[in-house]
Amino acid sequence: MYKYDQYDQAIVDARVDEFRDQVRRRMAGEITEDQFKPLRLMNGLYLQLHAYMLRVAIPYGTLDSRQMHMLAHIARKYDRDYGHFTTRQNIQYNWIKLEDAGDILADLATVEMHAIQTSGNCIRNISSDQYAGAAADEVADPRPWAELLRQWSTFHPEFSYLPRKFKIAVIASDEDRAAMRLHDIGIQLVERDGKLGAAFYVGGGMGRTPMVAPLIKDFVPIEDFLSYAEACLRVYNRYGRRDNIYKARIKILIHELGADEYRRQVEQEFAHVKSLGIDPPAAELERITAFFAPPAFEAGAADTVDRSDPDFAVWLDQNVKAHKQPGYAIVNISLKPVGGIPGDASSAQIDVMADLAEQYSFDELRVTHAQNIVLPHVAKRDLYAVWQKLVEADLASPNLDLISDIIACPGLDYCSLANARSIPVAQKIAQRFSDLDRQRTLGELKLKISGCINACGHHHAGHIGILGVDRKGTENYQLLLGGSGAEDTSLGKITGPGFDEDGVVDAIERVTDKYLELREGGERFLDTYRRVGFDPFKEAIYG
Amino acid sequence: MGELRFRDDEALEQPAVTLDAFLDQSNATAVRLEPDEDARLLIPHLDRLALVEIAFPKFRDGRGYSSARILREAGYKGELRAQGDVLVDQLREMRRCGFDSFAPEKPLDPAVVKTTLDRYDQVYQRAADAAVPVWKLRHG
Repeated sequence: MYKYDQYDQAIVDARVDEFRDQVRRRMAGEITEDQFKPLRLMNGLYLQLHAYMLRVAIPYGTLDSRQMHMLAHIARKYDRDYGHFTTRQNIQYNWIKLEDAGDILADLATVEMHAIQTSGNCIRNISSDQYAGAAADEVADPRPWAELLRQWSTFHPEFSYLPRKFKIAVIASDEDRAAMRLHDIGIQLVERDGKLGAAFYVGGGMGRTPMVAPLIKDFVPIEDFLSYAEACLRVYNRYGRRDNIYKARIKILIHELGADEYRRQVEQEFAHVKSLGIDPPAAELERITAFFAPPAFEAGAADTVDRSDPDFAVWLDQNVKAHKQPGYAIVNISLKPVGGIPGDASSAQIDVMADLAEQYSFDELRVTHAQNIVLPHVAKRDLYAVWQKLVEADLASPNLDLISDIIACPGLDYCSLANARSIPVAQKIAQRFSDLDRQRTLGELKLKISGCINACGHHHAGHIGILGVDRKGTENYQLLLGGSGAEDTSLGKITGPGFDEDGVVDAIERVTDKYLELREGGERFLDTYRRVGFDPFKEAIYG
Repeated sequence: MGELRFRDDEALEQPAVTLDAFLDQSNATAVRLEPDEDARLLIPHLDRLALVEIAFPKFRDGRGYSSARILREAGYKGELRAQGDVLVDQLREMRRCGFDSFAPEKPLDPAVVKTTLDRYDQVYQRAADAAVPVWKLRHG
């Protein structure tokens, strides 16, 4: 894991001091709320329906037990004893007092954490593959490149007042576990002639105008990496639309210009930017990469697991994934118990996960964009012990990638932008399908719920998506089918007229029944949908 | 504090003209750029410019930051002024983009200006100022 040196620490410490001062000036009335808003937003502090919400950055979703314990401490001391893990691999706290914000940041800084640029019209926390460093299919660990971007983008003087927010993801496998092409910039590390480089996909996103990012450059070598990113951003900062907040994301610029014209402008800007000397020497990537060296895996660790406990075997099959190191496995901890709030964890649960990481996973945890937690490096002989401790903490739901592993935004229960509640719908769906055998029969089925068109719950990318809207003062839920945030990225299609809360659960059941009737061989729901098309499902829903 | 200037030379008395007017007349030495105007149009004329004033009608509109860097990257050495809705919490980024004078619509508190500009000793990236990025400090 990356460790701060004195420079990183000095920057984060100065940020704590700066934000304290900004809060003080706001509370003294020296700056208006309008002037304070972009300042607090650039530090992840939102004013929500009931209180301030603070979003803490977890760079590329990686953290250690000390940091995880700090997240529990903050939930306990400053919030209502829980936190919410988000689709951008961050954590947010829903009940924060403005006057505590400075102290929280100071606490975070003691464990090399911060809330810098977790909101606002700037470059946000860089996201990545939650299996980085553990997946057999990666060409390299993507996180050193993500860390380079984190440093480059932190307080970038030119890109602090962009037309709109800007999200970057970095992956290094053909299998996409980070919805890479649904980001403003999606980067995939690729190998060419034995050398590593970055493929740049630019202009993807969800929101009210979802788009899949086109490939802008197939190979950017490390020595040009930051210059190329700078050129992409400069063209956007200069020409992205500022007349309409709903058309201000880079996807609209690229859609209006066309990918070829955007690429031409970026190439032209890059030719100039490259002369400025903004790319660090190769030694900097090497320095960062050293922090991500594989842990001291035990050679010859036992590769077999005793499956005699049937409940354990179910969890093993569903939540544990193959590791590149023989004798080890990747453990997914589902934060989606039936009846729970997707992504929420109590401070006690956060502490349990931290302890498990320290004891069994080389002190590392990951947050996933599906709002779950990963212990990336667990020896197979320890899996049963880990599972038992998860069961005790109510963290052993064996439902990874099943229909109850729902992504949901906070919705109208918390969010000032929402039109409808997301959480109760997620809970009702999970309850309707609570029978695990039934879920396993349905197989991989990614269900994603957003409480408004801003799509924080990734509904466009759900195999089944739900969009909450306000229809003449009542909450109404539209159903979408056929989206994917994986390497086969696609956008879901709205089935037709929306439903009330119970109606949408019924409609989903008609869709899954139809799927079971139509599927062939080992098809997932998404495969069947793509083979037979939209109409049989529409017919099943509306009759 | 109305005007804020980080230059040793005398301030120019001549008013800044619009970009169109500047490109039409050869004797002006001060020009004002609106957010949507292309700073690169000035590059052929940099040697006769003493002042470029970049307008910030709204503090949220960040195009002027790119305009400033583009002019400094092209070798412009004259005064580069941010005028308009310029807030104290933006001064540091603006200084890093090459602005060396400020004409904020609402006066800034000199004490806060000083604290703000002195707060950070380190920067992560190269920009239009002389600050040395930490990667350079790490590797020499």
